[in-house]
Amino acid sequence: MAFLEVEQVSKTFTEAGGGSLCVFKDVRLHIDKGQFVAMVGHSGCGKSTLLNIIAGLEQPSRGAIILDGKEIDTPGLDRMVVFQNFSLLPWMTVYENIHLAVKAAFAQWDRQKIHDYVQRYIHMVGLAGSEHKKPAALSGGMRQRVGLARAFTVQPKVLLLDEPFAQIDALTRVNIQDELMHMWTATQNTVFMVTHDVEEAILLSDRIALMTSGPEAELAEIVDVRFPRPRIREQVMDLPEYARIKKHIIQFLKNNSREVSAGGDAPAAGVLVAKSVVAEA
Amino acid sequence: MKQLSVTVQRRRTQVISLALLALFLSVWQLSTKAATTGPSKGLPSPTAVGARAWEMISDPFYDRGPNDKGIGVQLAYSLGRLAVGYSAAAVVAISLGVLLGLSPSLYGALNPYIQVLKPISPLAWMPLFLYTIKDSGMSAIMVIFMSSLWPILANTAFGVAGIKRDYLNVSALLQLSWFKRLFAVVLPAAAPAIVAGLRISIGSAWVAIIAAEMLIGGTGIGYFVWNEWNNLQLSSVIFAILMTGFVGVLLDLGFGSLAKTLSYKE
Repeated sequence: MAFLEVEQVSKTFTEAGGGSLCVFKDVRLHIDKGQFVAMVGHSGCGKSTLLNIIAGLEQPSRGAIILDGKEIDTPGLDRMVVFQNFSLLPWMTVYENIHLAVKAAFAQWDRQKIHDYVQRYIHMVGLAGSEHKKPAALSGGMRQRVGLARAFTVQPKVLLLDEPFAQIDALTRVNIQDELMHMWTATQNTVFMVTHDVEEAILLSDRIALMTSGPEAELAEIVDVRFPRPRIREQVMDLPEYARIKKHIIQFLKNNSREVSAGGDAPAAGVLVAKSVVAEA
Repeated sequence: MKQLSVTVQRRRTQVISLALLALFLSVWQLSTKAATTGPSKGLPSPTAVGARAWEMISDPFYDRGPNDKGIGVQLAYSLGRLAVGYSAAAVVAISLGVLLGLSPSLYGALNPYIQVLKPISPLAWMPLFLYTIKDSGMSAIMVIFMSSLWPILANTAFGVAGIKRDYLNVSALLQLSWFKRLFAVVLPAAAPAIVAGLRISIGSAWVAIIAAEMLIGGTGIGYFVWNEWNNLQLSSVIFAILMTGFVGVLLDLGFGSLAKTLSYKE
């Protein structure tokens, strides 16, 4: 039994006019403990919605989420989300944002222990000296470092990353991805990440789930990425398998883009044969 | 148009402002010059008002019986009523507003009534209060209460209902208790809207207290204005009117700085 099981989950939204829109259907994804799984797909394939369902912030229309043997349908401290728009509380300082999470997760700790723990994470993400700044005074990269620290401090069973670096400039993104890899290596968290960034997905993940385009998007295939860890960006990028996986995913996304399928000269969504590309390093 | 530096522009504004004041005072002085022989003949001149103002400001806290109290004493009575009625309204309106803001169905159900009650002049309630409470002082406080209630309630409910989904998601993920959620997320997130309501209503409450005190009599700046009118002491009336304006500005400045401290940038 896998640690996190997404079992035949579908999501249908009721539209204002009374009609309904099926965003994705029958998604089945099993994630083992300590595994880093990314989901890649076009906008509108519902990958963020699926992440919210795993987080308990939204309900599936059909199917179930099973974490560590138990079905879950509400949010909990065993799952923390790092949001694309950071979602820090703007009236609180960096320290207060993280402190709120730590206090919620470890209510039994005494004041000093909580303080030391918060400070340790602030140092870990390189925010020492900025702990008393409000998020508005920070760059996007620094804000997301707070977001990462907030999520990691809680020590969740599953970390959910919702396009975490999409709003961060390219140079900062590289650094913060490396930091995320570092933190993940140290904690061995189970991670589910949603992203548009193919290179990011390959660099960070053990497996990459590819979604066809919405509406009625489906999980088409899962790509295994078997590069050894810890990974070093420059080395990974030089591997021939890296180029092959990247080409495969980009090809997949291109074949599945809405413009092409609307033209009718490409295979329709979901018709692609599910085939795993296995990269042996 | 030529670009002006900020300081030059500010100085220009100040000069225009003072020039207009000087113009107004001299027109007033000239038009009232002929009529300074008796208290009943025409409006008092600015110099007469100034003299009266000086007299009252130099001894603001004397108390020589029910119809002869210093301006400071009268203002203190009014501000005391304001504080009681306004604080009560703030507590009731913010609590109720949070409940309405968090429950869309309750909000929808009560909103039509709030919309009907909101435009009613707070003074219109006076007869009902006098009849039910049978105490003029308490009735005046209730008028303040009614004048402040609706703007605070409407703004709080609006602010809480409009809290960004993201902030509530964070509080859900962290499994914050109801109490913690209220004080760490809901109230700070809605604070700018709530303070905007507080600021609007402190103004309308201060306007209402003058009128209420004219009706109930006894004490307060409103009663003072009415009493001096009965004595045909128009320079006192004018001075008192200006004082209410100054107090109103001070109250507004206070809430302005509160708004500044509680606002946040996303």
